[in-house]
Amino acid sequence: MARFGMVIDTVRCVGCMDCVVACKTENDVPEGFNRDWIAYQTEGRFPTLDMEIRSERCNHCDEPPCVECCPTGASHVDPFGTTVQVTGNECIGCKACVASCPYDARFIHPEGYADKCTFCAHRTVDGLDPACVAVCPTHCMTFGDLDDPNSAARRLLDSRKHHALKPDAGTKPRIFYLT
Amino acid sequence: MTELVLTRTNEMIDPVLHAWGWEIPVYLFLGGIVAGMMVITGFFLVLGRHRHASCVCRVLPALGIVLLSAGMFALFLDLEHKRYVWRLYTTFQVSSPMSWGSWILLLVYPALALAMLARLPEFLRAGVVGRIARAIDESPALAWWVGTANMLLGVLLGVYTGVLLSALGARPFWNSAALGLLFLLSGMSAAAAFVHMIAWERTEREALARADNIFIALELVVLMLFITGLLTAGQSHEAAALLVLGGPFTAVFWVFVVALGLVIPFVMQSLAISHRTVHSAIVPVLVILGSFALRVVFVYAGQYSRWI
Repeated sequence: MARFGMVIDTVRCVGCMDCVVACKTENDVPEGFNRDWIAYQTEGRFPTLDMEIRSERCNHCDEPPCVECCPTGASHVDPFGTTVQVTGNECIGCKACVASCPYDARFIHPEGYADKCTFCAHRTVDGLDPACVAVCPTHCMTFGDLDDPNSAARRLLDSRKHHALKPDAGTKPRIFYLT
Repeated sequence: MTELVLTRTNEMIDPVLHAWGWEIPVYLFLGGIVAGMMVITGFFLVLGRHRHASCVCRVLPALGIVLLSAGMFALFLDLEHKRYVWRLYTTFQVSSPMSWGSWILLLVYPALALAMLARLPEFLRAGVVGRIARAIDESPALAWWVGTANMLLGVLLGVYTGVLLSALGARPFWNSAALGLLFLLSGMSAAAAFVHMIAWERTEREALARADNIFIALELVVLMLFITGLLTAGQSHEAAALLVLGGPFTAVFWVFVVALGLVIPFVMQSLAISHRTVHSAIVPVLVILGSFALRVVFVYAGQYSRWI
């Protein structure tokens, strides 16, 4: 079974927000909400500053707290790509999943159910990349099966220094940032 | 220095999580006080003292049903997808405290109803209900079973109200096993205070005042252990503890939860128990309000905290 993940090269990312616009367009994300976003992290002391620009979204964690706390099973792990998905008409809108996500990747859709990045499951099932990856003008995002040693994503992780977000939260996120 | 700027502005999420409003503290408070009422009623039934405890066994179970229903209504108001609420009862998710809670609540109602029947007024004892009421009233063994069920379910309900929050690992302020015990003790304290306030028999009133003081003392100990636990854990947990130690929740926590809700009632009640002052309604009112304030602080501070 594939285990989809994403590798994002922070050296190439310029924070143009094409991924954000592509996601909103592809998934008809309601106005005022985002399934993905850009993070600008600055560290150091002036004038020796270091900035990392990242495209962030649901990490489709290996140990997803949102799935564990869901009282109805609406949040679940889909066998295709072992991604975390939400079935809207099973969700009661209790917001436990929203509070349980250390990445604050979820929101409540105006229709009342929990919503988030799906890794564009409707595209990946046809062998396409997620919309955000497909439109990236700097090709900084790579999507693929992390368990496949020949996938581009796996090869990047094996050859470059990388980090994940909030590893101490214990969720085993599946989006990695090359540095 | 680290500065993080996000382009995300999702409602309820940014700039800090505020997904749960007043409904959740109200639900946790009412669930907690009902849990305490069940434990106290169950204790009296197990000891066979229900015939002599007019307030505890006459009033608490019936009131528990009303308060729990009010709490569940508050929870229902908080749901964003209300018409799918029935989905809770089409599945059991073993890893979800909320799923456990929804099924426990289904057992709590019949247990409270049976406890209510043990001291059902004579004029209501008709038909099948009357026969069940008489059976419980006249059989110590049956009363013992009803009492035990109430005590066990009361403890489960009280602990559940804390575990509901502590299971959400993304919020360091809630990451403590002490939360279940803290909320259970707070609920029992509030329930004991309630009996202290309304009981018309002096022995019952004073017995519950003494019990309340024990619950308050234990709650203070657990509360301090909870804060110590956060301070001695990692960076994120220490930052969470600082929310009530100099951070934005400091004043409301120390004034309304600790001072007015625990310490002052404890001192006043200790004086009353040792007959140096008279019992008054001030103490139970402070305890009950403090118990509610505890839920308010925990729900809001928890949402404010995050992994660093």
